[in-house]
Amino acid sequence: MTTIVTDNCKGCRYTDCVTVCPVACFHYDDEMLYIDPDVCIDCSACIPECPVQAIYEEDDLPEDKQEWIEINAERAPDLPVLEDKMDPLPGADDRKTALGF
Amino acid sequence: MSQLGTEAAPLRVAVVGAGPSGFYATEALLKSEIDVRVDLIERLPSPYGLVRSGVAPDHPKLKQSIEVYKKVAALEGFRFFGNVTVGRDVTPRELREAYHAVIYTCGAETDRRLGIDGEDLAGSHTATEFVGWYNGHPDYRDREFDFSHETAAIIGQGNVAADVARILSKSVDELKHTDISQHALDALAESRIKTIAVIGRRGPAQAKFTTKELREFLELENCQAVIAPEELALNEASQAELADKKEGVVVAKNMAVFEKMAEDTEHGKSRICRMMFCRSPVRIEGDDRIERVVLERNELSGEPFSQRASGTGETEVMECGLLFRSIGYRGVPIEGVPFHDSWGVFPNQDGRITDGPDGAVVPGIYTAGWIKRGPSGIIGTNRACAVQTVESLKGDLSNLPSDHSGTDALVKVLQERGVRSIDFTEWQRIDAEEVSRGEPKGKPREKFTRREEMLQVLS
Repeated sequence: MTTIVTDNCKGCRYTDCVTVCPVACFHYDDEMLYIDPDVCIDCSACIPECPVQAIYEEDDLPEDKQEWIEINAERAPDLPVLEDKMDPLPGADDRKTALGF
Repeated sequence: MSQLGTEAAPLRVAVVGAGPSGFYATEALLKSEIDVRVDLIERLPSPYGLVRSGVAPDHPKLKQSIEVYKKVAALEGFRFFGNVTVGRDVTPRELREAYHAVIYTCGAETDRRLGIDGEDLAGSHTATEFVGWYNGHPDYRDREFDFSHETAAIIGQGNVAADVARILSKSVDELKHTDISQHALDALAESRIKTIAVIGRRGPAQAKFTTKELREFLELENCQAVIAPEELALNEASQAELADKKEGVVVAKNMAVFEKMAEDTEHGKSRICRMMFCRSPVRIEGDDRIERVVLERNELSGEPFSQRASGTGETEVMECGLLFRSIGYRGVPIEGVPFHDSWGVFPNQDGRITDGPDGAVVPGIYTAGWIKRGPSGIIGTNRACAVQTVESLKGDLSNLPSDHSGTDALVKVLQERGVRSIDFTEWQRIDAEEVSRGEPKGKPREKFTRREEMLQVLS
């Protein structure tokens, strides 16, 4: 079991999730966030924080997003940790609207 | 006088309560740009609050947050004072005089009451007592629970109620390799409980369980989770809640689990856990101890997401020999700190404690966590909460009086009163001893459940 950030984060990167992470398991690049599954404790605090519902528990991950398990696990450890909220990416609100949120 | 929070005049802060909120407040201070010393004061010899004594023994992953707290404890400027009770060993006024700022993160230590007849009969308990007991909290070590009856009732449908129900539902084999305390495991091994009823005042769409906790009931070795299918009928407003694009996500996931529980499956398991909705206890009855609880059927009314339960007058009697109430926590006042009695919190504005709900800010005292905002959210929620409080404190720096000696003044008071405080290195010795006590049993640790036992390790 782990918790996974998926493609809805891409181009938004709202980072509300990181403020409630008890173990600092979020990492980031220029596009989005990733969760390090070795650090995450599966508390799920981050899931309701995401304005675009990008974060899933593994059990709830839709069939067409399964690849994100591996992407998170591979990308996260090499990227910097994010512990505090940053400004969203430019155009995040437009993308949020386009995603239907 | 130098600017407070600089090398020449470091900010001296006392944080009261070494649970998650206390550690997150400490972390936010020690990782900030200001020069600061933090003394974390805890009434037990052991740190980590509800992560140690609240999180269920069969949820070891959640306890890994302790790794973060250990890193905080290793930061420069940190000092731990375990086994020190504020209000007894040192007063809030003394702390206020010793430190530039005091942050209260002492949690919500007691349960809300049902306010019904029979609530105090033997066999009617709070979830707090039971959770503290199986988790080895010294305050609850000597509580006794009678598991010799066939039915146990739990009032409330949040994650604490789920923990209580699951611990009662599990077999010894399912628990024996967790850090559950030995006295609890021994007592639960004799349990004759066959039915665990988990009773909520509102409907399935309003139950506060997280889906993850709920799903665990589908995987129990010896216990089948059941629901009468008609209990899952939703009124119009609940259907609207289910359809809501944001809030409805969790409702839909929970409903899917409830529907699985409602399937009529042959199970052959020795226990059942029954989820019951739209019922409130109106009376607990029995001669010397609880023998039955009278439940009133409720109906829901109101707008989606603010539906209220009200009694219909129709009642039913449930025979039960054990009852736990788990309908929310409330904070406990500390003399000398403003307290809002009906909310059970320290009244505050963004973490600055105020003299009453609409009162003026009391300079120099702050709060974070459950005692600040009430008992909601999970471990990580307290991080955001503590960060907000520390932001408030940092904004007040220029207004704080600057002539305080901090740790030296506390140490002096404790010495004068003969208080044996425990520092973090000493706690680490106790910690290591607990881990090695657990090893032969295949447990992550066997906790010390009495203060004297912990102090014994150090002598």
